[in-house]
Amino acid sequence: MSLEIEIGFTLNGVARRAKVPVGMSALTMLREVCGLTGTKYGCGEGECGACTIRVDGKTLASCLMFAADCDGRAIVTIEGMAGDPRGQALQRAFVEHGAVQCGFCTPGMVMQAAELLARDAHPDAAAAKRAIEGNLCRCTGYQKIVDGICAAAQALDKEHAR
Amino acid sequence: MTLIGQRIPKIDAPEKAAGKTRYVHDIDLPGQLHAAILRSARVHARLVRIDATRARALPGVHAVITAADVPDQRPIGVAKDHLPLKRDRVRSTRDEIAAVAAESEAIAREALALIEVEYEDLPVLTDAVAALEPGAPLVHPPIAGSKAGAPVGVAGKSDNIAMRFDYGHGDVAQGEADSDVVVEDTFALHYVTHCCMGVSGVIAEFDAKGNLLLYSNTQVPFLHKREFAEYLGMDPGRVRIIQPPIGGGFGSKLDIYPFEVIAVFLARATGRPVKLVFTREEEFLASPTRQPVHLTLRSGCTKDGRLTFRSVRTIHDNGAYTSWGATTPFVMMQTFSSLYRVPHCDYHTVAVYTHNPYAGSFRGYGNLQATFAIEQHMDQMAEAIGMDPLEFRLKNAQEVGEVTGQGMVFRSCGFKECLTLAAERSGYTAKRRAYAADREHDRDARFKRGIGIAAMLHVGGGAKIYPSDGCGTILKLDDFGHVTLITGASEIGQGSETVLAQLVCEELGLPISAVTVVNNDTDITPWDVGVHASRTTFIAGNSALGAARKAKAKILAAAAPRFDAQADDLDLSGGCVVRKGSGERLTDLPRLLRSLHFNDRAELVMTTFYYEPPSVHQDKGYKGDVSAAYAWAAQVVEVEVDTATGIVRMLQVTGAHDVGRVLNRLGLEGQIEGGIVMGQGYALTENLDVVDGRIRNPNFRDYKLVTAPEIPAMDISFIETMDGEGPQGAKGVGEAPAICIAAATANAIANATGVRITSLPFTPERVYRALRGALPPTQPVPLAALPEKAAA
Repeated sequence: MSLEIEIGFTLNGVARRAKVPVGMSALTMLREVCGLTGTKYGCGEGECGACTIRVDGKTLASCLMFAADCDGRAIVTIEGMAGDPRGQALQRAFVEHGAVQCGFCTPGMVMQAAELLARDAHPDAAAAKRAIEGNLCRCTGYQKIVDGICAAAQALDKEHAR
Repeated sequence: MTLIGQRIPKIDAPEKAAGKTRYVHDIDLPGQLHAAILRSARVHARLVRIDATRARALPGVHAVITAADVPDQRPIGVAKDHLPLKRDRVRSTRDEIAAVAAESEAIAREALALIEVEYEDLPVLTDAVAALEPGAPLVHPPIAGSKAGAPVGVAGKSDNIAMRFDYGHGDVAQGEADSDVVVEDTFALHYVTHCCMGVSGVIAEFDAKGNLLLYSNTQVPFLHKREFAEYLGMDPGRVRIIQPPIGGGFGSKLDIYPFEVIAVFLARATGRPVKLVFTREEEFLASPTRQPVHLTLRSGCTKDGRLTFRSVRTIHDNGAYTSWGATTPFVMMQTFSSLYRVPHCDYHTVAVYTHNPYAGSFRGYGNLQATFAIEQHMDQMAEAIGMDPLEFRLKNAQEVGEVTGQGMVFRSCGFKECLTLAAERSGYTAKRRAYAADREHDRDARFKRGIGIAAMLHVGGGAKIYPSDGCGTILKLDDFGHVTLITGASEIGQGSETVLAQLVCEELGLPISAVTVVNNDTDITPWDVGVHASRTTFIAGNSALGAARKAKAKILAAAAPRFDAQADDLDLSGGCVVRKGSGERLTDLPRLLRSLHFNDRAELVMTTFYYEPPSVHQDKGYKGDVSAAYAWAAQVVEVEVDTATGIVRMLQVTGAHDVGRVLNRLGLEGQIEGGIVMGQGYALTENLDVVDGRIRNPNFRDYKLVTAPEIPAMDISFIETMDGEGPQGAKGVGEAPAICIAAATANAIANATGVRITSLPFTPERVYRALRGALPPTQPVPLAALPEKAAA
């Protein structure tokens, strides 16, 4: 329990170090050590997607990752989306298209959707649904989240065209 | 331009999408301790010995409490039938035995493992019917020497009946005699739970003067304030409740739960702020469920399709303690008595104590269960007399002006329009015939399609359950024309603050950005009964509107003499005082407000309004016009059944909702879509598996919520009946969309396969068995087991 390890990683573009218990999850580290509470605890078992972060370009459930394994990696959280064009487009589209209700799943949804848009600039509704199938939402019934993802892709297209 | 009916994004959405919203889980107070609760390892047992010596000795532990440490505990809950920390006996696996406050959550949980509990097992009662039988073990046996009239938690009870309701209008025997066709079936509705994405949590803190501050997820802050004061023997004026944004409600936060009181005990014991947050497993084990229902329905009609009577018996497994689930018959009986014109109706029900998990309130409040039975019977009766199910419904549907047997008055009613429109847009009638024909032509086809309709009635103008069903508003305009809307109504994600802001801005001629909504602090906000019964848009909306109208009148009265006009000739528009008709801009609002403020008779524009709906309390027979308006909907579900596997795919949902008037189209669609998918989960995938009093699937792996690829295509229409009492004509709609889905799905499966399934959920296993005649029938509610009065 008390055994700690010191790690170094990039968090939202800023290099930092942290001393963490070896058993601590990346989720707990982000929330309690780094003070970034945008990443949410929904289940602790990788089943709900509320804690989705980006690690070296890939999304994963931070509740299932050891904090110690962040060593040497580039971590991006929802707070880091403020500087990410895809993240910004998604956040705007989520707001405009009613994809946010209680908002608890929203950060994870935005992270997951940003990864989709990095892979596929023109996802259709089916692709958007598949991308977020590991992210649970109890409020919206998903349709408006799917609308938001597709609208963000279109908005990014328009920006590129300019 | 009017704001009404527009697609207005939620005010709180940008912050939520950015991950900046601070939910209770995200708040940490200086000096805060973390708490964890030890729950029972047994279903029903005597607590022989609890030894917390080792836990107390663990470094970092500040307090360990058991019932013995809080001798002043008072029983909590709807029936005051349990102590937050259980004494002498545990009655379910969620029962709280001890609690720890420690430097960290990890230490608190480590300490829990060091608490030794010795149990002596007692007989377990997990069948509500068996619990009614003479000689059944008692869940709350009488406690010798307790005062007469003391609540169940103090005195115990000589039977297992937690609550009962007996309703009737007309003469059911006469109705049966008038019937050409009588249908009787028994329905079994299962356990599901809310699964709010944000788990339960609370922070409790006492200040130096002994005032209690709670950061709470509650949907009913003012009821909470009063109850906490009662449980703690405090003056309610010294209890303050702050509600951080809530990660989902759906009715789950209408009651006080032991964990909240325990956090307060720990804060009192340690003199520190104490934060208690559930794990997801704990959320499954220790949250309320939707009320499971065992229901026998007998209905009749004439050959020409007039309903003659309806007779209902239900038994509700109450679990070990009583929460709002026990009171769902209030709502169920509205559907039995008043969804359709039915001249004779009776309903008898009991909620029975067992050692199962206890049921609370959950979006729809019994109406999903009632509608599941009623709307299947409508199809069955239509079939029995050879009438189209849509025509049969239209023939019996309520209309404007109707006063029902239960005393509900329908001043606005778009029921028939809902039925017709949902049927038209889905192609219901033609598809139903075509699918039935397909079924007959190709009996061996593996994939079969079906379509089903169901309709619902729900309160849409509040529900007068408490002494007041009102809501207060304080409205403040500052020197810059910015409005602070202070409302008692809580935002739980449903979008209430945006709709309230819209109503105020519409009245004051301001853009939505001109409003700040304050709605989460009982020391600031005026009283509201809470977020329940789909009431917030209607009740809080009328309250906000009332305050805005007073502000507008005051502003125009002040402006009139300056512009040599009558107040009636002026209006507010685009942030200005304008002349009606010509639209001539006379002055901008901030300038006028400043001139009122900074002069010899200095005045601020601040108004208050308390709205109490013109509804009435029910009488002792549950009769009365309990809501100021009623919402209607019809939903059509189209499915594909894989007869080889039993998998049911929900292809399309077509919904038509009488919402009174569309206020925020975007928010309204969101409520409806979310409700449909919640209804889909209830119908197809969700099942809290309770076996011998234990929950077998307390995680999202085994408790299946609907995921994005599984959602149906959704076609939603709104019928605007412009309710005369509703704010701008609107009615409440929060619960409505979840209500019909399971019933319509049952009818769709019957259309596809010819097999009617009367129990939920329609999992592949259940459907597979049903298609092969291998599903054991649900036994009728044993009338003999109902107590004398109820069985009569």
